[in-house]
Amino acid sequence: MTTSPRVAVLAGGLTHERDVSLRSGRRVAEALRTSGLEVSVHDIDADLIPALVALRPDVVWPIVHGPTGEDGAVSHVVELLGLRLVGSGPHEARVAWNKPVAKAVLERAGVHTPAYATLPHTLFRELGATSVLDAIVARLGLPLVVKPSRGGSALGVSWVTTADELPRAMVECFAYGDIALVERAVTGTEVAVSVVDLGDGPLALPAVEIVTDGPYDYDARYNAGRTEYFAPARLTPDEAAAVAGVALRVHHELGLSRLSRSDLILRPDGVVEFIEVNVAPGMTETSLLPQAAEAAGYELPALYRALVEASL
Amino acid sequence: MSEQIVPHGPAAGTPSSGAAAGTRLDRWLGSYAQRTHGMRASEIRALFAVANRPEVVSLAGGMPFLDGLPLDTLSELAARVVTERGLQALQYGSGQGDERLREQILEVMRLQAIDAHPDDVVVTTGSQQALDLVTRVFVDPGDVVVAEAPSYVGALGVFRAYEAEVVHVPLDEHGLVPEALDETLTALAAAGRRVKLIYTIPNFHNPAGVSLSLERRPRVLEIAARHGVLVVEDDPYGLLGFEGEPRPAMRSLDDEGVLYLGSFSKTFAPGYRVGWVVAPHAVREKLVLASESAILCPSSASQIAISTYLATCDWRGQVKSYREMYRERRDATLDALAEHLPDSTWTVPDGGFYTWVRLPDGLDAKDMLPRAVTARVAYVPGTAFYFDGSGADHLRLSFCYPTPERIREGVRRLGAVVAAERELVELFGAGSGPHADRVESPGPDLV
Repeated sequence: MTTSPRVAVLAGGLTHERDVSLRSGRRVAEALRTSGLEVSVHDIDADLIPALVALRPDVVWPIVHGPTGEDGAVSHVVELLGLRLVGSGPHEARVAWNKPVAKAVLERAGVHTPAYATLPHTLFRELGATSVLDAIVARLGLPLVVKPSRGGSALGVSWVTTADELPRAMVECFAYGDIALVERAVTGTEVAVSVVDLGDGPLALPAVEIVTDGPYDYDARYNAGRTEYFAPARLTPDEAAAVAGVALRVHHELGLSRLSRSDLILRPDGVVEFIEVNVAPGMTETSLLPQAAEAAGYELPALYRALVEASL
Repeated sequence: MSEQIVPHGPAAGTPSSGAAAGTRLDRWLGSYAQRTHGMRASEIRALFAVANRPEVVSLAGGMPFLDGLPLDTLSELAARVVTERGLQALQYGSGQGDERLREQILEVMRLQAIDAHPDDVVVTTGSQQALDLVTRVFVDPGDVVVAEAPSYVGALGVFRAYEAEVVHVPLDEHGLVPEALDETLTALAAAGRRVKLIYTIPNFHNPAGVSLSLERRPRVLEIAARHGVLVVEDDPYGLLGFEGEPRPAMRSLDDEGVLYLGSFSKTFAPGYRVGWVVAPHAVREKLVLASESAILCPSSASQIAISTYLATCDWRGQVKSYREMYRERRDATLDALAEHLPDSTWTVPDGGFYTWVRLPDGLDAKDMLPRAVTARVAYVPGTAFYFDGSGADHLRLSFCYPTPERIREGVRRLGAVVAAERELVELFGAGSGPHADRVESPGPDLV
């Protein structure tokens, strides 16, 4: 038996999701320590590179949500330092985290995804806001979901049921970033399917079904109580296989590694719609990947340790 | 190669055969008291997580700037507390508070013309606890508390926790508007509502930055007396005026109709958590019993430390140096606002920590906050300071913590944020509106 690997968990960063990332990072670090590994936790700041150079950890696990984390930038730096990563490589992360790009790639590969338009805010200035918004409603219909093209935790996301609500939703969205994704709202069973690869190829964990009394927004995600989770989801074996199949397909088509979480909607007619994928999924007390893992019977410390060991 | 890890347990990866109920991740969801239902963190609170990073200029928090404190002297003082009065400092104390400290508090309050007896003073864990005790003693669910529009977010939280309804009364550059107070109390009485407290911050208001004029003070007290409503005078910043002598407190005009809340958090150091309330004797008896049931007694160690500080250090000199420091920061804030926020308006505080900024028409300070965070500047949206989630057209800027240079840089960044947001709002023709009722204020440890 060799000495146990040393892991550097990266969490925090200067993003809108700093708080969620810090919580995710702490949970994972704690679980890895329980499993017997030596773990250090680092923020994304000027001390990071010197710390990694000095420590030379066996593997680095970036759990940074939002830009510089999920966009692959930090992973790229980790690779430049010659260190190993838990999770997807920088190029794959960059494609997956950009929602319209990921949708386009997957649509071309035959995965269903709601009809959408990608709209940089400069476009509205050039073409006139009213005419662009009118065209969106005419083409995509209502209701719509407006979200920043990048980022998570439902920050800046609005559910729009009437055309009157659209301008305010655009303003809220553009406060988070310069590009908006406007998507036709799809109804059905909302599920999240996590994929893990412990070295024997990608494996879909049981789908987690999300039932809320309104949109699955920030409040519903991080204040326990408003959302009811079913893990595993209340699906027939065929339905469960279908959503698992789409999540594995997403993981494969986007070239993702080690872990991912796809957010999907199973329509009443059985079609599975891809909403988005996370390469650094939330790992907090209320997050979906840990729930899926527990539903599958994994102890989290053992699972996280296995992800680390598979990445060495 | 990793060891094979195998899932185990009943769920073992197979789809459910139809579970009846899911999980809400909180086993005690059905057990919470009604009054906790508003205690939900909002995404706004999450955005403040970046504010303590050095790259961000935080004009959001209310932490006093303590770097000027004489730490060497305070360290000797702390050692003396333990060597000379250790067994008392580490023991339970009186529920009403240390007697010597209560006498010294009278000396502090004399600067604002308050004449009271040591028995009238109840020492609390910060004046925040005094606010909690007063509300606990007076307010039943459904009772009305009248407060300025806007009002201190921490007070709104206390009133909400006791299931009071807060009715706001407008203020202007001279503080609470007496005529509006009279009208509001008359209307509430006509509607059969029980109004228990008028909560006011007469000096260097948080968040509005304004002060109640000396001319209005007796009028407000007369209106309160006529309607039979007790006034809660919250005065943590009273000694931190930038010009002239401290104003006489409202309590100096009325012994029976005013509960006065004071604090050492802004004039000395918040870490000790020592504040106080001055109350008429019958009320004070109840406050002491309520405090004993909540905390038994305020920290003996903190009280003796502060008492020793007041007895042996130049605390008046320390307050003076705070005043000068905060005035310099206020000046930097106002100069930068004039330069960088041409279409906004703001209050001109002559003391305290805050200025209250009104954004150009149609802008929503809460919607704009993510953009500000991206631009590395933070503030608190106006919605935090209203009971009903209105106030989105305002924001609060704190000038207490950052240096003048950082303040100027922060306001410069804010100017660019406002300009970009304004362009967007004009493009879409979208206005601001009320927001859901959530906890939107930063935590106390935010700079």
